[in-house]
Amino acid sequence: MRRGGCDRHQVCEKKELVLLSKKISGGNSTRRQTRKWSWLFMGPVVAAFAIGFVWPFIQGIYLSFCKFRLIRDAQFIGFGNYLTALQDQTFRSAFWYTAGFAIVSLVLINVLAFAVAYALTQGIRGSNLYRTVFFMPNLIGGIVLGYIWSMIFDGILHRYGTSIVENQTWGFWGLVILVCWQQIGYMMIIYIAGLQAVPEELHEAAKIDGASKWQTLFKVTIPNVMPSITICTFLSLTNGFKLFDQNLALTGGMPIVIQPDGSSVKTTEMLALNIYSTFYNSNAKYPGVAQAKAVLFFILVAGLGLAQLAYTRKREVQQ
Amino acid sequence: MKKILALVLAMVMTLALVACGSKTETAPASSGSESAAAPAASGKTGSVYWLNFKPESDDALQQIAKLYKEKKGVDVKVVTAASGTYSQTLTAEMDKSNPPTLYVVGNANSVRDWSDYALDLTGTPIANELNTDAYNLYDENGKLVSIGYCFECYGIIVNPDLIEKAGHSMDELKNFEGLKAVAEDIHANASTLGFDAFSSCDMDSSSSWRFTGHMVNLVYYYQERDGGSKWTECPPTLTDDYVENYKNLYDLCINNSLTDPTALATGGHDAEAEFKAGKAAFFVNGSWEFGAVSETIPNATMIPYYCGVAGEEKAGLNCGTENCWAINSKASAEDQQATMDFLVWLVTDPEASRIAVDSFGAMPYKNAQESTNKFLAAADAYAANGCYVMDWATNYQPGVDDYRAALVSALNAYNADQSAANWETVKTAMIDGWAVQYKAQNG
Repeated sequence: MRRGGCDRHQVCEKKELVLLSKKISGGNSTRRQTRKWSWLFMGPVVAAFAIGFVWPFIQGIYLSFCKFRLIRDAQFIGFGNYLTALQDQTFRSAFWYTAGFAIVSLVLINVLAFAVAYALTQGIRGSNLYRTVFFMPNLIGGIVLGYIWSMIFDGILHRYGTSIVENQTWGFWGLVILVCWQQIGYMMIIYIAGLQAVPEELHEAAKIDGASKWQTLFKVTIPNVMPSITICTFLSLTNGFKLFDQNLALTGGMPIVIQPDGSSVKTTEMLALNIYSTFYNSNAKYPGVAQAKAVLFFILVAGLGLAQLAYTRKREVQQ
Repeated sequence: MKKILALVLAMVMTLALVACGSKTETAPASSGSESAAAPAASGKTGSVYWLNFKPESDDALQQIAKLYKEKKGVDVKVVTAASGTYSQTLTAEMDKSNPPTLYVVGNANSVRDWSDYALDLTGTPIANELNTDAYNLYDENGKLVSIGYCFECYGIIVNPDLIEKAGHSMDELKNFEGLKAVAEDIHANASTLGFDAFSSCDMDSSSSWRFTGHMVNLVYYYQERDGGSKWTECPPTLTDDYVENYKNLYDLCINNSLTDPTALATGGHDAEAEFKAGKAAFFVNGSWEFGAVSETIPNATMIPYYCGVAGEEKAGLNCGTENCWAINSKASAEDQQATMDFLVWLVTDPEASRIAVDSFGAMPYKNAQESTNKFLAAADAYAANGCYVMDWATNYQPGVDDYRAALVSALNAYNADQSAANWETVKTAMIDGWAVQYKAQNG
């Protein structure tokens, strides 16, 4: 029996090996076939990415070293544009203004979006309706929102003899309110998805262990929605830095501070709007300077975004 | 199933790429239909692509393009840039494979930017049709970069019926004192009269140019006149000799208006509609408003910027143009020729020039039709009576967008609080801002 059993066992092993080798060879053949046709599937995507992103990006970097009115007549001039950009007082002013705005809007959007998401996952009546309503401002274009809100703000501020374009403080907070109103709904959806993915057992366990509501929120819920926080903070940080159309429509950089020497600084101009204004400046050397500013802007936003991703990802927990 | 789905997706992507790569010419901000967009098919016959910057003329230009196609069989594509975006549209269009063959170079800034892309029009058939060279623009090397195709005037549009209704006469409007007395009287009695002196003086982008581009011309013009000769290039600095005169007129406008000065910053008032509806006796604007205004006020007329300058009883209207044609020097010889032929036809053909003159106001060409614009007729009448024409020195504003934006911001602060300190800021933006922009532009 033992011998026979042993034989059968050996036969079984051999059969399994044969099956496995067939499977492997079959798998290889599928892989080979997939490889053969991969260009068909990858090609369009790679081509679209190259045409729509890689090439313009490389050309953009090249143009930042050029003087040009039209792209086809660009002349290489070296690092001059970067020096002009870095010496530009309006660019530095726009940077600090943008940084301040990005931090304030990042905090407010995420705190409020999380609070709304938390409230709407507590099983209150009509929560689906609230979710839809909160999300809807995100569907309106930034330019339209800018004009609508400028009318709303001025309707109020006119009573106090001022306007959104006359006061830097109002301009700043006006933009913060507008962006919060637009983006809280979007971030709320991401937070709701994160909150719904937190296992109910964890909450039950916390309850049994006698944790208070605040303890449950900070020790159980928030650590478990860290992936959502990572995404939302990344989006709101980069959106804050890249903001353009709302800025253009709401204040257009106004008010402008006139220095005693006649020079002027747009006090509510953010980086993207500064780059745009520089590009269409009537001095022919400025399109190249704007391009240099755009490259610096890319490095800044990409660097900050990656740093923030690395920081928040460390705090994510595995369920 | 997955394979089919993947194949379909791949095909969609490929099609999208093909669509992206095709040579479809889509105008970024066309406000009208295109009569024809095909480039020269044979390579022998050229075509015309006109990038227009006056949205209000788009319908007329489309009509002219259609007429040319019918009469001469040549394609004319007219694209109109959206209001306030001409510079951006021109930059984008000129970089395309089929750039405009005809475009607008209307001031000193544009001449510097686009001179390299403009044909020298000296001695060309279209230049020979001009009846004046007053509106021609030359670059620093003496190249004729662009030629005026219409001229305009601006000042203060008046409703004579309302002046009389208020118990005054048009004869009182001969200098600043007269204008001030009439305007202040109307404003003081606005509630009983049912109308006010000036229509709204909004400072949003759709209206502020009336004050930071046009009215401010009096500061430049009188300085230019003191210099003894017409500016041929942007002066590096300005004096503040006439800033107080600007203040006289500006104060009169904002303080005797339908809208409170503190409510002007973000606009929202329609000055043209107010004037047309008989709610205001005065409207700061130009000859291009004639068509709209004459619908309800056929006897509306225009008076100069009376601002308290000595001898201003002999002032005329501000006449000039920013409407100047340039032909793309980088276009093919066939397209350049087609464009030249089209222009000559436009200013000589009775039917075409009638449409153009009715839209533009008046054209400075020997064989073009006569103007029916009463505001331009008023400008002629002032000139015929020996009044001096205030030319458009404002066309030399350096770094025009930034310069005007700073001035608007300073005026906003002044409108909210008409203090001496705030007026000083306006003066700084107007005078020192000029020098700063000049330096930035030429540095």
